[in-house]
Amino acid sequence: MNPDLFFQYLLAGVTYGFLYAIVAIGFNIIYNTTGIINFAQGEFVMLGGMFAISLNNVLPLPLAIAAAVALTMIIGALLEVIFIRWLKSPSVLRMIIITIGLSIIIRELALHFWGETVYSLPYFIGNELSTITILGAKVSPQVLWVIGVSTIMVTALSLFFRFTSIGQQMRACSSNRLAAQLCGINAKNMVTFSFMLSAGIGALAGCVISPITYTQYDIGPGLAIKGFTVAILGGLGNSMAAVIAGLLLGLIESFSITVIPLAFQEAVSISILLLILFVRPHGLFGRSETASLKEF
Amino acid sequence: MKRLFLSAVTLLSLWAVATFIALPTSAQAKEIKIGAIIAETGKAAFLGVPEARTLRMLTDEINAQGGVAGNTIKLILKDSGGSPEKAVSFAKQLIEEEKVFAILGPSRSGCTMAIKDLCDKSGTILISCASTKAIVDPVAKHVFKTPQNDSLAVEMIFREMNKKGISKIAVAAGGTGFGKMGKKFLNEMAPQFGITVLENEVYDPGATDLSSLVTKLMANKDVQAVVNWSIVPAQTILAKNMRQAGWDVPLFLSHGFGNIKYVELGGAAVEGVFFPAGRLLVADSLPEDHPQKAVLVKYSMDYQSKFNNDPVSTFGGHAYDAIMILAKGIEAAGKVDTAMVVNAIENLTFVGTGGVFTFSPTDHSGLKLDAFEMLTVKDGKFALAH
Repeated sequence: MNPDLFFQYLLAGVTYGFLYAIVAIGFNIIYNTTGIINFAQGEFVMLGGMFAISLNNVLPLPLAIAAAVALTMIIGALLEVIFIRWLKSPSVLRMIIITIGLSIIIRELALHFWGETVYSLPYFIGNELSTITILGAKVSPQVLWVIGVSTIMVTALSLFFRFTSIGQQMRACSSNRLAAQLCGINAKNMVTFSFMLSAGIGALAGCVISPITYTQYDIGPGLAIKGFTVAILGGLGNSMAAVIAGLLLGLIESFSITVIPLAFQEAVSISILLLILFVRPHGLFGRSETASLKEF
Repeated sequence: MKRLFLSAVTLLSLWAVATFIALPTSAQAKEIKIGAIIAETGKAAFLGVPEARTLRMLTDEINAQGGVAGNTIKLILKDSGGSPEKAVSFAKQLIEEEKVFAILGPSRSGCTMAIKDLCDKSGTILISCASTKAIVDPVAKHVFKTPQNDSLAVEMIFREMNKKGISKIAVAAGGTGFGKMGKKFLNEMAPQFGITVLENEVYDPGATDLSSLVTKLMANKDVQAVVNWSIVPAQTILAKNMRQAGWDVPLFLSHGFGNIKYVELGGAAVEGVFFPAGRLLVADSLPEDHPQKAVLVKYSMDYQSKFNNDPVSTFGGHAYDAIMILAKGIEAAGKVDTAMVVNAIENLTFVGTGGVFTFSPTDHSGLKLDAFEMLTVKDGKFALAH
């Protein structure tokens, strides 16, 4: 393989990788505060893209994206307040069924409002034909937007969890909810906040990738499976590991085409999911002792 | 006592349901039930939506003019979502419960193949809106189709390549029934035209990015052109990824590209692509004396005025042809009788949107190579390539 091709595959893999990582981080944020997997995470990505596309008809692109992210965050918060907040120590199974139900409802509503049609946001810079050359590989400028926005998002999130009061409170809730409550942290608000946060980053990712991948009412479940694979691969709850795992999965998918036909690309990622669940359920970067203490 | 009363009520209600449901059928004896299985939702909705609209529009139009041979048409339209499993269960329902006279659609090749035998064995006429040649080859007595054969589309593309001096190509097909059949014909027919297929890939119909596929095809420096055979929106993703990777070899698409929505999705990336299609998309640029001109212009005008200027697509045209061929067949037979109508269709010559149909007992597709024009995209619009 010559270097040009290598970089071409590499960039494609990195683009998918960041997208998967962002969905996985959305899973992780909610997992950390509630101990559940929110299966409606993929729908947040879809909603972000769809809102931005609709709003872009009346607003300039940056405003439309900002408004779409805000709207999706509100929806995330509402979902938590209406369906989850009032439950008293619900079982994991119950929460899974609730979030799967929510994802189906959101999808059907989206089908009702936006229909079957495939939409896309315009390219942020240039159009379908614009390319830039990096290390001999040619890519759309949008790819750089995806990589850039994702990097900023991941850095901002880790700073947020480390240095802001709310971020620290959220972390406190995830380490020991009871102790956090005894210290005066409102754990319920933290859960609401975690839904808002993961809805927000999902929506932003949904906007940035829309010009490349298109947005349709049913893109959620596919993304959720990839994000889930990455979250498990990195170790549930560990956002930084999710980035590495995401890039790993993206690169495996991208380079796999050189050896096996493209038709089997999905099979590759599903096999990885199964393999990791059987062999290392605590993830590549997790410790099995920690995992055994968790309920899920 | 109470039990007796309950049983009486049950019996009475059963009777009432049976009687009152039976009433309307006896009152409207002169009604032909026609089923339609259309992918109004799902990945093939770009095909199904114009088809369903056209069928409803035409049913109203035919009924307003007094129906066919004195019978009004009752259209029972089922949304298959593009899934072959649903198509099969709807077909069974239409045949066994609704006892329809004929079924129009399905929109997709895979769905049609799934119900071909079912319809043929039960003696229900099936006029498919899907393209693959396998639907009418081998011929099944009761099965017809309106879109041009995919083998004809392949021939159009290869002839164009011969003219342009292209002899080494890569094939990328969507992972659908349509895509797989197209890939098969492209590979089988290439040697006849002195063309070598160097690369063969199938992509997921729900694919969101195909840049790694493009990289793989691009790595083969001998490839002079790409044929992208698909009916799903992912076909425009391939076009975008090719142009973004700076790869500017000619791109040929199938007749599954004939909806202007695909051009909108592909934007600048689909400018200058080549694809074979019926003349419906370029009705305005046809000479006045072209035999299809009147039909095409009327259908486009009707469709656009009814559906707030939504442009026509070839797929709606396939549905137009399907219902019109059935109507003409019934009229020619003069009677709603399956054997007579099949016979009438087999002797029918009909000017439709897909071309001039000439059916025969051995040809249930009825279209020849001249049904196609080579089209291209110019300034976001369909245009004749030559």
